[in-house]
Order: sequence, then C-alpha cells, then structure tokens
Amino acid sequence: MIEIRGVHKSFGSLEVLRDVSLSVPAGSVTVILGPSGSGKSTLLRCVNHLEKVDRGTVRVDGELIGYRQDGDKLHELPERLVLKQRANIGFVFQTFNLFPHMTALENVSEARRNPGRALELLDRVGLADKAKAYPRQLSGGQQQRVAIARALALDPKLVLFDEPTSALDPELVGEVLDVMRDLARAGTTMVVVTHEIGFAREVADTIVFLDGGRIVEQGPPVEVLDNPQHERTRAFLSKVLI
Amino acid sequence: MSLLSSARAAVRRTSADPPPTPAAPPAHDELTIVPARHPWRWVAAAAVLVLVAQFLHGLATNPGWDWSTFFGYFFEESVMQALLITLELTFAGAVLGFAGGIILAPMRLSKNPVLKSVSWTFIWVFRSVPLIVQLLFWANLGYLYDRLQLGIPFGPGFVDFETSSLVSAFGAALLGLALHEAAYAAEIVRAGILSVDQRQMEAAAALGIPRLRQFRRIVLPQAMRAILPNAANELVNLLKSTSVVYVLAIGELFYQVQVIYGRNGRVVPLLLVATVWYVILTAVLSVLQHYTERHFGKGYRR
Ligand SMILES: Nc1ncnc2c1ncn2[C@@H]1O[C@H](COP(=O)(O)OP(=O)(O)O)[C@@H](O)[C@H]1O
Ligand SMILES: [Mg+2]
Repeated sequence: MIEIRGVHKSFGSLEVLRDVSLSVPAGSVTVILGPSGSGKSTLLRCVNHLEKVDRGTVRVDGELIGYRQDGDKLHELPERLVLKQRANIGFVFQTFNLFPHMTALENVSEARRNPGRALELLDRVGLADKAKAYPRQLSGGQQQRVAIARALALDPKLVLFDEPTSALDPELVGEVLDVMRDLARAGTTMVVVTHEIGFAREVADTIVFLDGGRIVEQGPPVEVLDNPQHERTRAFLSKVLI
Repeated sequence: MSLLSSARAAVRRTSADPPPTPAAPPAHDELTIVPARHPWRWVAAAAVLVLVAQFLHGLATNPGWDWSTFFGYFFEESVMQALLITLELTFAGAVLGFAGGIILAPMRLSKNPVLKSVSWTFIWVFRSVPLIVQLLFWANLGYLYDRLQLGIPFGPGFVDFETSSLVSAFGAALLGLALHEAAYAAEIVRAGILSVDQRQMEAAAALGIPRLRQFRRIVLPQAMRAILPNAANELVNLLKSTSVVYVLAIGELFYQVQVIYGRNGRVVPLLLVATVWYVILTAVLSVLQHYTERHFGKGYRR
C-alpha cells in the first residue's frame, strides 16, 4: 500500500530523515516509535505530502505522491493534483485540528459534502448524539473521535495517525484507542505514531523504531518490543515501559 | 457543622461554672456578610449627574440651539434625499472596499512576489493619500486623460469614452471612497487571516479541500471573528468620511445642510440635524455589528 524508498528530508541544515525506506502492506497496522525529534511526524507528513521530500520517493497504491515521473526526472505536481491525492489519505493530528466554527457533523461532512455518510461515521465512533455539538463543547477524547470520523469520511485507502492520544487526559486515551482498534479489526491500513506501547503490542503488525531520522529496526511486536536488537531501541523502551 | 455544634454544647456545659465566660462565638452559619461601602462612588456619580443636568438644561433653554429649526429640517425632503445619498455612498463604498480588501489581503499574503508587491504598493499609496486629495484628483481626471480607451494594451482600442462623461462627480466620489476603503479593508482582512491558526489550513489541506474552498469555508469564517470589530469601526469611519465628498458638490447629508444654512444662516441647528442623523446611523450599524458578531461567534460560546 505504501512504498517509501530512500527518503531524505532536511529543514535548513537539520537532517530530519536520512535514507528512510519502508513498506506498508494493505490492511496492516504499522506503529512508529521513537524519541521526540527523531522525525516520526515528518515521515508521516511526507506520506501525504504535507512535507516535500528532498530525495527519494513515496508511493501510495503504486501512485507517486507529490510528483510525476518523466524518465529520470520528478516533476512537482500542481497543488490541485496534490490535494486530489490527499483526498484518499486520512490524517489524524495530535491536536485534533477540528474546525471550531462547524458542528461535529459539519466537520465530518465538509470534505465530501455527504451529511448522511457523516452521521454514519459519527455513529461508528460512538458520537451520533453529539452531531450538533461544536468542538468546544466536546471533551478531548470526543474531539479526537470526531477527527477520526472526519478522516474516515474520505473513504481513505489508508489513515495516518500522529500521536492521536498524546494531547489527551489519561482517562480519555482508552476511548480513542478503542475506536482505532475497531478500525484495525475492520482491515483499515493504518500508520500510527504513538507512545502507547500496550496498543502497539496488541494491534500492530509491524513496529518501526526511528531514531535520528533513520529506521533503526523494524519487525513484529514480539521481536522489536520483547527482544530488541539495538541498544537505542532498548534504551528507548526502558524509558517508555517503566 | 456537627463538630462545631458539639463544641458549642461543650462550652454551654462548662458555662455553668462560677467564672462567667463571654458569649460563645457565633457558628459560621449565623454570620452575615456586610458589603463594603463605597462613599466616593456616590460622590462621583452625584457630581457627574449635576454636570449632565446642567448640559441638558442648556440644550433645552439656550435659544442658540434653535430646536424649532432643528425639527423643521430633520425630516425635510432635501435632507431625506441627502441622507439617501450618504447611505448609498456608504453602502457602495463598503461593498466595493471590502470586495477589494478580500482580494488584496490574500494577494499580500501570497508567495507570488508580483502579487505581493502590487498589493503592498496599492495599500501603501491609498493609505497615504488623504481622502479629500484623492477625491479632487479623480474629479479632475479629465485634465490628465481627456479620453479613456478600452482595447489591447499598447495596441488598438475598441471603444473609447470622454473621461468627463465616464467619471461623473458621483463616480469620482465612489471611486475615491472605494479605493481608500479597499486599502484599509485589506489590512483588516489580512489581520483576520493571520489570526487563524496555521493548523486549520493544514487540516483542510490534509482533507484535500480545494484551495479556494479552504479560504471560503475554513479560513474566512474564522477570520471574521477578528475582522468584524475592526470592519465595523471602519464602516462607521466610512459613514462619516462620506461627508468629505461635499468638496465635489455632491448632495450628501453634510453638503445639503451647508446649502440650507448658507441660505438661512441657522448654522448650529442644521449642523445638529446632520450630527443626529450620523449618530442614529452609527447606532444602527452597532446593532448590526452585534448580531453579525454573534453569528460568526457560533462554536466559540459554551
Ligand atoms: N517545519 C519545520 N521547520 C524546521 N524544523 C522542523 C520543522 N518540523 C520539524 N522540525 C524539526 O525536525 C525534527 C523532527 O521533527 P518531528 O518529525 O516533528 O519529530 P517527532 O515527531 O519524532 O518528535 C525536530 O528537531 C524538529 O524540531
Ligand atoms: Mg511528532
């Protein structure tokens, strides 16, 4: 589903991603772990071209993201076409980023203008009764569930989650993870940046450990979480798993 | 509560002893709150009320105000017509000005260096030229270009007009007000756009919403919250700025009262006619402002 090959990305002189390659099969759940500043968000944002890669390619469903290949040249796509590509990829932000002037229902139906479908999706995340509420009237957990419904309204090929529970009070984390677990069970292709190791162990097919902009190790949870090969992975896990 | 009352009971029991104990302190639920007194508030209020009363008394008794002339002209037909022209100029100036502002602000914020500098220059020029100078300039455009032509730039023309026929005094007034307003409106709209959280644009972009719709549906409604108070201010300003148009001999409110007092010499009551109408119109605008702000505030109240 996603093929990332040799991606490099710098902000000024700061190299944030160095030669990252990763495959995500359709219907799988990939969890990206790594210390703060290791480039997790940047990698995720390169997948839907919220950030431009400096080198390398990102393909979703075989389609080159953000560029058109012509022989040995990559031509940047016009914004209109990039937006069209994004319309197949759901993105869930750490800070929800709901539209504050729209009700939950309007938030979910905005992209595709389909209120009927939007209501179904709100029901799916358990918030049909909050359709008319504005984001300010919802708890953090409820807001993030609306944001997930909004991403699902695209009928996306895959959904990217950037630390979806990091901005939540501890007692609200569970309701969001429950929704994500249901999605995973339904066969949604997901890439999740999170520090919820329990969720990763239970739901992930693959765990990717990123450090200093490089993929240090990857594999199924039993390997990476219980028997990490790298010193850096071990050090990180010992901090997260206290 | 129960702790306290049993403590009091204990005090009562021991008070049977010979040395008379002072009365037990009252329990917390027997205490009454006495609000603080503010004697100076009363003094200040009384002083101000005396001044207000004196002023009102002066308004009523000083023959200089000439209330009968005031009421005689307040709804007089030529004043009503002038009021209509003032309203037309205000309305058209606001619509054209804010339409211009909504185009100029995103231009100034765009990454295109040409659009950016054109917008910057426009705002710079039309904010620096005093409105009255600009109005006189447009009214005298005929001296500069006696004919205006529509056609291919630097090439042949298709239609041409005599400038003075195309730019009437009213047209010049409208043009001046609109350009002047557009420069100010552009900055008001730009401030509004800048007040919208960057992450909102990002969320819209992540949903693949087309650029123009992002602006119209996501950015502008949120920017409106910051735009409205300043826009209302600018609108009130514009309402009063229309009085400057009198230099072009257009019969708006201020020009018309000048014409009347030029004839009858009753300067003060006629200036008051114009003033009271400006005050009333400003009040109407303030009411509209209240309801518009409430509309765009939805989702921000709990
Ligand atoms: N837009 C940006 N401009 C400059 N530096 C950035 C930008 N975005 C991220 N960075 C830097 O890139 C590094 C990686 O960021 P990020 O991908 O957000 O890390 P993570 O999500 O793993 O915490 C950090 O050092 C961050 O400061
Ligand atoms: Mg991050």
